[in-house]
Amino acid sequence: MRSYWWKILAVLLVTYSFVGGLLFEVPRLFILNETIRALYFHVPMWFSMVAMFVTSTYHAIVYLRKNNPEADIASSSFAEAGVVLGMLGIFTGMIWANYTWGSPWDGDPKQNGAAISLLVYFAYFILRGSISNHEQKARLSAVYNIFAFVAMVPLIFIIPRMMSSMHPGSGGNPGFNMYDLDSRMRMVFYPAVIGWILLGTWMGTLLVRYKNVKEKVYELEETVR
Amino acid sequence: MIHLLRKELKLELRRKSVIAGLSLYLVSTVFIYYLSIGFNRQVLNPLVWSAIFWATLLFSAINTIAKSFIGEKRGIEIYYFSIVAPEKVVASKIIYNSILSLLMCLAGYGLFATLLSNPIQDHFTFFGVLILTSIGFAASLTLMSAISAKANNSNVLMAVLSFPVVVSILLLAIRATKNCIDGLDPSVSYDELVTLFAINCLVGAVSYLLFPYIWRS
Repeated sequence: MRSYWWKILAVLLVTYSFVGGLLFEVPRLFILNETIRALYFHVPMWFSMVAMFVTSTYHAIVYLRKNNPEADIASSSFAEAGVVLGMLGIFTGMIWANYTWGSPWDGDPKQNGAAISLLVYFAYFILRGSISNHEQKARLSAVYNIFAFVAMVPLIFIIPRMMSSMHPGSGGNPGFNMYDLDSRMRMVFYPAVIGWILLGTWMGTLLVRYKNVKEKVYELEETVR
Repeated sequence: MIHLLRKELKLELRRKSVIAGLSLYLVSTVFIYYLSIGFNRQVLNPLVWSAIFWATLLFSAINTIAKSFIGEKRGIEIYYFSIVAPEKVVASKIIYNSILSLLMCLAGYGLFATLLSNPIQDHFTFFGVLILTSIGFAASLTLMSAISAKANNSNVLMAVLSFPVVVSILLLAIRATKNCIDGLDPSVSYDELVTLFAINCLVGAVSYLLFPYIWRS
């Protein structure tokens, strides 16, 4: 992961999606109008968030099986990266909702589910903060991470599909299926998804390295003393 | 495992103060609703009724189940560790907690029906919802209680950790309750019940698998 071709690729793809997302031609749809461009920014952020949380949970499982501290650091770092992306996703969604639904928070099940899943990860950080013993912290937070992920799945993927929602992609609202017909949008959307996922991974790995360095500095200070 | 379950039940019956405390908690909460709403029962439309009903039950369930590990002494834990497998401990705790929270649900329902009002029309489905929800609460909150007991016994941590985890169960329960209040055909809430059941299985299995890791430390 140290090689940097994929980092350059991430920057290029995200830059491309910014330029393309703001300048390219988009289909004119009633009510949505120009806000359809939010698709290029908002949706890839969620995809990337889910990817980060999956990685975080994967590392939590690895930690429980092998008991290596690196996995714990990776798990917490990717959770942090995922939360940052999730916050960005919520804010961009709120901007979009402000123009199409009339208010930033409209009690939409998808919006609420997203907010609750962020709460789960805030609780995860609080749990990490409240335990001082290193090994116990790692083990308990890994358990909570896996459990929270399992509990989050119905919240994001199942319940919103059961409720009526104004969110695009459900209940007769224009969603992906309609956009999918438009290849011009796909040209920007897929690169944007890949770019954001790579960007998230980059953030996660940077956090991992930062934490490792901090740990080493701490150990060195201890030995000097 | 059956022995463990029996021990839990006995212990709970012996610690009368806990049971009394919990029922007083429930009674006083419902009584506060009664006093604040008073005789304006038309305020209590079905949505409000199910919202306050489930909020009350959620908090009493968190309080009840928090006791399952937090209340225990250090020595007992080590004793268990030496004689039984952790899976059995968690299974017996989950069964015991589901019985307890089902009792709480029934008591809460009775109190709501007498003090406030009883808008439920489809009782059969509603009891199904109560049973499934209390099992779900027990399955997810038992693990949270174990985590927060390990993390220096804080009750605040318990509430913070468990709230986001049980929300999906709670949302489904509220939706199914609304159907029961409207007296819709049971087949309408069939979807919710099946999903609730699936979530219960999922959460129960995950707690069963993860508990040994907490127990070991």
